[in-house]
Formats: sequence, C-alpha cells, structure tokens
Amino acid sequence: MNNEQLKERILGLVPDAEFQENKQFLTFLIPPARLHALAQKLRDEEDLAFDFLFCLTGVDLIKQLMVIYHMESTRHKHQLVLKVQTEDRLNPAFDTVCDLWKTAEFHEREVYDLLGIRFNNHPDLRRIFLDEDWKGHPLRKDYTDEVNIVEL
Amino acid sequence: MKEADFRDNETLELFKKSGGNILLTTIDAIFDWGRSNSIWPLTFATSCCGIEMMAAGAARHDFARFGIEVYRASPRQADVIVVAGTIVNKMAPVLKRLYDQMSDPKYVIAMGACAVSGGPFFYNTYHVIRGVDHVIPVDVYVPGCPPRPEALLYGVMQLQRKIKLETMRSPRSTDDLLR
Repeated sequence: MNNEQLKERILGLVPDAEFQENKQFLTFLIPPARLHALAQKLRDEEDLAFDFLFCLTGVDLIKQLMVIYHMESTRHKHQLVLKVQTEDRLNPAFDTVCDLWKTAEFHEREVYDLLGIRFNNHPDLRRIFLDEDWKGHPLRKDYTDEVNIVEL
Repeated sequence: MKEADFRDNETLELFKKSGGNILLTTIDAIFDWGRSNSIWPLTFATSCCGIEMMAAGAARHDFARFGIEVYRASPRQADVIVVAGTIVNKMAPVLKRLYDQMSDPKYVIAMGACAVSGGPFFYNTYHVIRGVDHVIPVDVYVPGCPPRPEALLYGVMQLQRKIKLETMRSPRSTDDLLR
C-alpha cells in the first residue's frame, strides 16, 4: 500500500486523526483514547499488517508530553508514525501497546523512567536505566537537580 | 615524539634524587625496563574513544611496537586500564571494581575529554562522572574528543617514561613527590 492509500485507510479507521504534513514518514496525531484499538487493527488487518514496532519515543514538548510510535509492515513494506499527546503533566498516562508488540515493553519502561509517562495495563512498569530509588524523571524539561547538574 | 625527548628525563630525574643505593638502582633499571616495555592494557572501552583505542592497536598504528602488547580480557592480567569513554554513575562502581582487581603495579590512562573532565557532558547532565579521577587515580591524561591514535601513543610513551623512574623501594614515589 502506498502512502496515499494508507492515509485514506487510516482516516477511514479513525476519522478524528490529525494528518501531519511534510514529515519523513506518514504521520498522524491521534486521540489517546483511540490508540489501543487503532494499534490492534493496524497489526491484525490483512492489508495493513504492521507487525514491527521499530521505535517508541517519549518527548517533552513543555506544554504537552508526547509518545511517538514508529511502525512498519515487514510484509507490505510500508511505514507509519502515530503520535499521542497529553497536557496532563502530573499524571500522564496512555494505554500500553506491549500486548500487541512485545518490544514496547522495554521501550515503555524507558519512557516511564526518563519522562514519567505511565502506561495503563503495562505488566511490569519499573525503572529500566536509573536506580530504583531515583527521584523524578530526568528528561523532563522542568527536572532540576541542585547537586549533580551544573547549569551552563 | 622525538627519540631525544623520550630519552630526556631531566625534569623527572630531579624527583628521583630522594636517595637510594647503587644496587637497588641497577635492579630498578632492569625492572623498569621490563615493566615499561610490556604494558598490557585491559579490554575496556565505554564509547567512541574505544574505537580510537582499537585503531591504535590495529595494523596501521600498531602500538604493540612499543610493548603495549595485547589487550587482556581479565583485569587480573592487565597492567594498565585505558579509560576510553564516558563514565556514568552506574558504570563508576564497575570501573572501581575492575581497577581493584588489577594486580600491582597498575596504571591508569584517562583517554579523551569525557574521562579527563566529563567533556561535553560536564554541563546539564545528571548522570556523568566529571572526570574519572573522582573514582580511580590517573597517571596520564590524554585530551581530545576523541584523541587520535597518535595522541594515545604519546600518552602511553609518557606513561613509559613515568614507569622508568620508579624505584622498588616505593613504587609510586615519583607520583607522591609530584603531588
């Protein structure tokens, strides 16, 4: 499926998805509530068959927190990027996709560790890089550490 | 480095005038000659400096010419640990343990900006050790980001000079005097 067809197909599945122009990959910003259902369809339906989640990233946009999913179909050779964002900086949470793509389990733990974004229904949401007793999430833009960080 | 410079130890020789008898000096000379020409490094690299270190060991630069013969995979067989790369908070205890497991006499070369001072990670980071000398004592600092293999060779030759001035009576005496 080429990008035009794929775009129509996604908009058919989720009409309120927001298509983002001029990106390297075909990119959609979708409402967090629809994330898991859409991901399920993307993986399972024959003509989509996104069987490979090759990147899962967290971003701090200062106002919002965002999670970005890069996925690819190894059968149809097409790629897609989904973004979800929330303005809730105190308790940001999205649905996990690690029941669909196992690789997301570690990626989501990393995003949780460094940005403090929680993932609902994740089986083992612990810190992955930092120590268990670490306070805060260091990749947040508002993270401060008087002792260890030397400000430029 | 010119041969003449390498032979010129006058500045460091000044520190050697702390005493010592003739017999020991001669044995010292043999020991130092042996030690300085067979420094075996530990296989230890944490980032891009490691690539330069590998290049220094490979055919083009071939630091086996200077007796830095083989990389040892075990700290118990190594004489020098070349800290090639960034040391983060989680790596520091591992580095300390490796250093402790090495048998005396042991030496440390801090290679590259990260190992010398934290380098590009000095500011605005929460997890990087700002200079490996906070963890283990360093003999030679090699600046650069990363240093070329020639720079590492120069650093190793400086280490050899340092080893050549050691005495059996107190192996690190020149070091202590310099402090």
